[in-house]
Amino acid sequence: MASAIEMAGEVRAHRGGAVDRITAALAAARVTNRLCGAYIELLEEDAVEQARRVDRIVRDPAAPDLPLAGVPVGIKDNICLDRGRTTCGSRMLENYRSAFSATVARRLMEAGAVVIGKTNLDEFAMGSSTEHSAFGPTRNPWDPSRVPGGSSGGSAAAVAAGDIPVALGSDTGGSIRQPASLCGVVGVKPTYGRVSRYGLVAYASSLDQVGPMAGCVADAALVLDVISGEDGLDSTSASRPGESFTADLERPVDGLVIGVPREGRSLSNHPAVASALERAVEVYRSLGATIVEVGLPMTDHGIAAYYVVACAEASSNLARFDGVRYGRRAEVDPGNSIVDLYRRSRSEGFGAEVKRRILLGTHVLSSGYYDAYYLTALRARRRIKEDFDRALGGSGCHVLLMPAAPGPAFVIGEKTDPLALYMEDVYTVGVNLAGLPAVTIPAGFTQGGTERGTARLPVGVQLIGPAWSEARLLRVARMLERELNLPTVAPAMASPTP
Amino acid sequence: MNEARITPDDVRHVASLARIAVTDQEVAGLIGDLSRVLAYVGQLRELDLSGVEPLARVSDDPGRLGDDVPGPTLDIEALRAMAPAWDDRYVRVPKVLGEGGA
Repeated sequence: MASAIEMAGEVRAHRGGAVDRITAALAAARVTNRLCGAYIELLEEDAVEQARRVDRIVRDPAAPDLPLAGVPVGIKDNICLDRGRTTCGSRMLENYRSAFSATVARRLMEAGAVVIGKTNLDEFAMGSSTEHSAFGPTRNPWDPSRVPGGSSGGSAAAVAAGDIPVALGSDTGGSIRQPASLCGVVGVKPTYGRVSRYGLVAYASSLDQVGPMAGCVADAALVLDVISGEDGLDSTSASRPGESFTADLERPVDGLVIGVPREGRSLSNHPAVASALERAVEVYRSLGATIVEVGLPMTDHGIAAYYVVACAEASSNLARFDGVRYGRRAEVDPGNSIVDLYRRSRSEGFGAEVKRRILLGTHVLSSGYYDAYYLTALRARRRIKEDFDRALGGSGCHVLLMPAAPGPAFVIGEKTDPLALYMEDVYTVGVNLAGLPAVTIPAGFTQGGTERGTARLPVGVQLIGPAWSEARLLRVARMLERELNLPTVAPAMASPTP
Repeated sequence: MNEARITPDDVRHVASLARIAVTDQEVAGLIGDLSRVLAYVGQLRELDLSGVEPLARVSDDPGRLGDDVPGPTLDIEALRAMAPAWDDRYVRVPKVLGEGGA
């Protein structure tokens, strides 16, 4: 399939209109949705209307160039859009229509992108498999009996299926990078503050970032160019000089030093993950990079610190869903109080995992437990950040290279124990706790094969950089992508090239 | 770890603080789930974290105040469309004061 850059170039050059492009993408997305459940809602009529607008603009010689002219995109359904519904994969917001668009969505559309649908997710982005959406699971396009990862599993599956070249996800503990690894696409978790969170339904505000998921590094870089930058509507968005992530992308990094954390070479990694990692190391070595072993000794404590911090913040953030101003309201008897209304609305509206996390977060913040759990987790968080600072700054590494997830996509329903599912994020949560940027890129496949009755499944590797180093990080990712040249569209789902 | 042993009353207390109604059956399941997660996160207390300052947010940016300039707000009709029950210019709710109130 064509890249976003190619599509926008064609639309700008009047070789094929945006309306045709979007009509084709919608047709592909309908098929994907039947097979994989990647979307909660397709914006059929609205997308064609958006495309007509783009076609009008590109024919106007006075109008500015649109970097994403007519490019079909998907947006994770915890990102508000002023059209269609914004459900967060929850019964709580089943019929919620946002009165405004998130800054990231507005910037995409102003750049000429056409939002064709809202993609599926684990309820309120709490999960690592996209099995826990109130509207049913998303399936992995490489093997529909398996999960796409999560929580941005709908966005990952839609890109892997080839309907759309790019989608937006959100990453609180790995929710862009882990599904990118399991679906064989590129996923970028930007530095905390790089991208506005205005209009992203908050899960854990000190960790959440929106980022691109794409079929190639260049498309991810282009989308990051469009969505990043200060936003007066999000006081945590950083004020930084404008920076291009695409301008220098093809230029390899000279004198590259890559740190490989020994904790990423865990014996519990799936063999395909281990061999993809070693292959990536060899590729970089062959390109002249210096490889050094480094330590991230807090890796084994990341999940524990993450669940305390994230659930504490979630318990506060999700207090807004009370059945009063928006969202689901339970029927209560006339004699009942407003507290009964809160309790019943929240009980009916939230699914099991969301309740578990709210209750865990409430517990660790409650009197008698705050110091023992919450403050302890925040102290561990500082140690985790110091680990990264030491491995990156202290060791002189430009980037760290490690797995994005310990294994490939697993079978739907296989991981019923919440703790087992949490371990999917062992290599990703530290990055959020430290606020750093990281990229997942496809790096190999499981063996699979028809004789064994199993599909080949993609696995990715993760590159982590110091804060605000996305431009260099993406160049390093591009170096590996160029050498490996792996397919990012699942074969069974691939549509004929137009 | 003793602190990780959760009783039915603990679950009901936390659920009450979180304003979530739970059935007896849900309480039984949550005891197991929360106990196991708390036992797991209890590993953090085995670390020597003395003298380590808690890190609540990663940014060095102290944050900034927005300019105090009046601007357009969300349209009241849009807000009305979102609220489950509306009465004139107000969201309608059950009684707030008195017995059972907050």
